[in-house]
Amino acid sequence: MKRLFLAAALVLSGPAMAQPTGDLGLVVERASGSLLVVDQSERARIGRIEGLGDLSHASLVYSPDQRFAYVFGRDGGLTKVDILERSIVNRVIQGGNSIGGAISDDGGLVAVSNYEPGGVRIFDADTLEMVADIPTGSKTIGLVDIPGRRFVFTLWDAGETWIADMSGDEPAITKITGMGENPYDALVTGDGRTYITGLFGADHLTALDLWQDDPKPQPILDGYAAGREGLPVYKMPHLEGWALAGNEFVLPAVGQREVLWVDARDLTETGRTATHGQPVFAIARPDGRQVWVNFAHPDNDTIQVIDTMSKEVVHEFKPGPGVLHMEFTPRGHEVWLSVRDAGKVIVYDTRTFEKLREIDAESPSGIFFTARAHRTGL
Amino acid sequence: MILALLIAGTANAGDAPRVDAQALERFVLQDCGSCHGLTLKGGLGPDIRPQSLEHYDRETLSSVVLDGIPGTAMPPWRPLLSRAEADWIATYLLTGDTE
Repeated sequence: MKRLFLAAALVLSGPAMAQPTGDLGLVVERASGSLLVVDQSERARIGRIEGLGDLSHASLVYSPDQRFAYVFGRDGGLTKVDILERSIVNRVIQGGNSIGGAISDDGGLVAVSNYEPGGVRIFDADTLEMVADIPTGSKTIGLVDIPGRRFVFTLWDAGETWIADMSGDEPAITKITGMGENPYDALVTGDGRTYITGLFGADHLTALDLWQDDPKPQPILDGYAAGREGLPVYKMPHLEGWALAGNEFVLPAVGQREVLWVDARDLTETGRTATHGQPVFAIARPDGRQVWVNFAHPDNDTIQVIDTMSKEVVHEFKPGPGVLHMEFTPRGHEVWLSVRDAGKVIVYDTRTFEKLREIDAESPSGIFFTARAHRTGL
Repeated sequence: MILALLIAGTANAGDAPRVDAQALERFVLQDCGSCHGLTLKGGLGPDIRPQSLEHYDRETLSSVVLDGIPGTAMPPWRPLLSRAEADWIATYLLTGDTE
């Protein structure tokens, strides 16, 4: 029925509705509460969607058909936008202070994690009606989707990770205690198996094997900063599922100017690379051959590129003031960088490092291509 | 921005060294904002709008900015800010319309 309706709409509204979305994306304009619709192949902005509220630290996920995005705003707003129509389909204020979200593997549920009131709320992806409210009594971070209509998230204050299984009529919650002090973010691997949370309050990270019936916290990189003075942390690092490079994870150290390499199978340390500043994002190019790193204030004008084979920095450059985010094209031939204080998104060739295009944007932060729709944990 | 300049004017009326009010306002919103939220109403760090900071006097708040709060995620900003800049930020946070 829905398909029939869509087909009718395509016929009625002409060619604009027939535009494919596979190489489109959205750029968050955080100060103005708007989204730029961008075309990755044309390296161009093709539209703008306005009226999304406070988009500082905003992120978004895509519907499986790559037509709709669900935008998670800092003000607790959950907004469903239509990329083709460049319009807001629905918007609810679901909490007071939210930090991120995820969409279930079947595309039917959208989950939002909140600082205030602490917890996770889960919504019907069609109607944005709330179907589950899971208070945690804690600021909640590191929310990801995993296969089986499940979500995983972690409690900053309590140091616990919870798994919410939404495959039945009622949410079934599994609580894993002892994850460590002040987990600040987490990632899950693309297979949904390994969940790693970074800790602000301890000198290690903690991993879970989600394929186990009863996952147990496993400290990894224990004592990575032992004997070294911790630097002031002016911006918490981000962990992302794309930090898997070949057979290794690349993880930003907290309070140190380095990234850490971990064997993806046995989770032992395989190396460290000294970096220009304290890393915020360490993101592997989709083929895993390079890792691109940006940095916290006051080094946030710089990007370093690390070669995965040698673990050495092979390229360093300064795109401009306030490099907040990077997004690779799905096969990694180009990368888009948001340079907040220059008011630009800049596109680079990842092999030659040549600048290909500058696109004007108002205080751009997150860049999200629709290919994310088909990846677990993003 | 006009308000920020007024505050800067006030701060500069005494013997404090000149500070770049525009740069500091941006600093508060973007860099403090990365933990406390762009609107300063809180994130991983607490709400730092004026009504939430009433229990601070300017000097104490300025010292918190410079030295951080040990045992929490609030870092010392002394490597990046002068006392005059921290004083300006404290005044801005206590009196500014940050909405």
